[in-house]
Formats: sequence, C-alpha cells, structure tokens
Amino acid sequence: MSTSSPLTLYGETFTSRLLLGTSRYPSPSVLLAAIERAQPAMLTASLRRQTGAGGEASQSFWNLLREANVPVLPNTAGCHSMQEAITTAEMAREVFNTDWIKLELIGDDYTLQPDTLNLPEAANRLIKAGFKVLPYCTEDLVLCQRLVDVGCQAVMPWAAPIGTGKGPVNPTALRTLRERLSVPLIVDAGLGLPSHACQVMEWGYDAVLLNTAVALAQDPVAMAGAFADAVQAGHNAFLAGAMQAQDTAQPSTPVLGTPFWHHT
Amino acid sequence: MSDKATIQVLINQAPHELPANATLADAVKCMGIAPPFAAAVNLQFVPKTQYASHVLQANDQIELIAPITGG
Repeated sequence: MSTSSPLTLYGETFTSRLLLGTSRYPSPSVLLAAIERAQPAMLTASLRRQTGAGGEASQSFWNLLREANVPVLPNTAGCHSMQEAITTAEMAREVFNTDWIKLELIGDDYTLQPDTLNLPEAANRLIKAGFKVLPYCTEDLVLCQRLVDVGCQAVMPWAAPIGTGKGPVNPTALRTLRERLSVPLIVDAGLGLPSHACQVMEWGYDAVLLNTAVALAQDPVAMAGAFADAVQAGHNAFLAGAMQAQDTAQPSTPVLGTPFWHHT
Repeated sequence: MSDKATIQVLINQAPHELPANATLADAVKCMGIAPPFAAAVNLQFVPKTQYASHVLQANDQIELIAPITGG
C-alpha cells in the first residue's frame, strides 16, 4: 500500500485535501462552524465593489477570515477578460496579502464555463507576475496540459457547472486527465454529494474544492464533516489500490468442501 | 470657468465630481471606505503606496473593491 503524503501545491504542504468556499451560508456563524468541522486547507474569497454603506459586511467577513485562521485563496470570479482577471488578481494580492489566486475567466454566463481559449495566456501572465495560480478549467486534457506548460503547478477541472451539484458529468475525461497529468489535480465545482468527492478522490485526484454543496445543505456543518470524511476515505482508497472489476461472479467463500456439493 | 476647476469621474460606475488635479487618495477619501480595500483606475491596478501621487483625469473609471465571500 502506498503511504499517504500531504497535499503539496507550489511547494507548500497542506494537511487537508478539502478546499472550502465561503459563500451562500445561512449565516456567518454557520460558515465559521462549517470551517471548524471541515478543517479545510484553504478558504476561497472574492472581491466586489464597495461603498461606504456596504463596508460593514465586508469588514465582518474580513474579521471572520482572521478568526478562522485558514489560508485564503482569492478568486477572480466574474471576470470575462484577461485584463479584468489580472487586475482583480493584483487587487486581491494586496487586500489578502497572498500570492495565491484561483483564476476564473468566464467564457459563458449561462453555464459559467471558463474561457478555455484565453485561460492559458491569463495564467501565463499571472505566473510571470509572481502568482501561484490555481486555474478553474474544464476537464479538457489539452487545455490542462497547456496550463501546466505555462507553469501552473496544479489545475482545477470542474466536475460539472458551478453550483449544479450534479457530480462528475464526464467521468471518462476526468479519469483520462488523471492518468495523463502528474501535477496535483483539484476537482473544483459541480460536486453535490460526499460520494461525488469520494469518487474523484478514488480516481486519484489530489483534492476537491466545494462551496454550494456544503452551504446549501440543510445542516451545512454536518455536511462539511461528511465531505471531509469522504475526501479522506476516497484518498485512502486510492492509496490502497482498488480491485479490478470483473464481468463474471467469483465466489468469495471457498468452493472446496461445500456441504452437499456434488458433480452433475 | 467653474467646470474647469472640477473633473467628472466614475467611482464604482457612479458619477462623482472631484477637484481638478484630484488624486486617487482624494477619491478614496470621498467614498469613506475603511480598509481593507484595493483600487484600480481604468482597469489598471494602483498600489496603495501610489494613491497620493496618482493624479486622476476626467472620465477616469475607478474601482474600489473589498473582500466578500466567494466560492
């Protein structure tokens, strides 16, 4: 059996293989409790226009992040052009005092599908500017390879469109991606159930990034714990090495000596 | 003559009138925003250290952003 090693991204190690989003929770206190239960490697956060009147919510969230004391992964959610994404990343670096960035470059507003044609160049520019880029992308093998080529030390393919909770809609492509790429792979978006997270971890994915599946559960704190357990179980199963599925039945109980057995 | 003494800019897409030669620091001050936040002018990031020296031009588009929850 292989031995477990910590998740390593851009040379930094994390004890957890679960990254957690901070949006859509019923209340800040539920979010904080979910963080406590999940013990995530990183928390995603974002940036939005602020006015004096709206500053209170922002300040409150800022204080929550400090209290949680978990590394922050800012995103560029909602950016539709390379320049928007790059400028947002630069602003995030100053606000959150981190080089980490979850690169989101949206190509279609209806499906929130990433702009796969411009994503590698956006990642390239950010990496050259000193960012540790975790790109939100599709499960397309060549796209992910190009992201690695420009210097991404991990990539984050979706399982399904953001917020749908459908689970992996293209298992074949996700498994092929895992077989072909050796960099850390994080499934980001589209997971709805702990079994989905367990499944992709069994395939050898290195981590998952969740938000809605936890935040919109009837009990987000319990669901955060369920996902944390599922991620660990899937990773352990991957390390243990699964048996090969067979088309024909094989008795698990020895046949030799079966009572009343006789040749026909 | 008075219109020469002021410039119109957009701050978070809302029109604002500022004195001519106003800096980004002046724009921040007029919005009354408390840290943490960051700024961009015409889609270019401006570091905090440059607010006081960044002179605004008429019709500049200023973005002032702050942390929020995200996925």
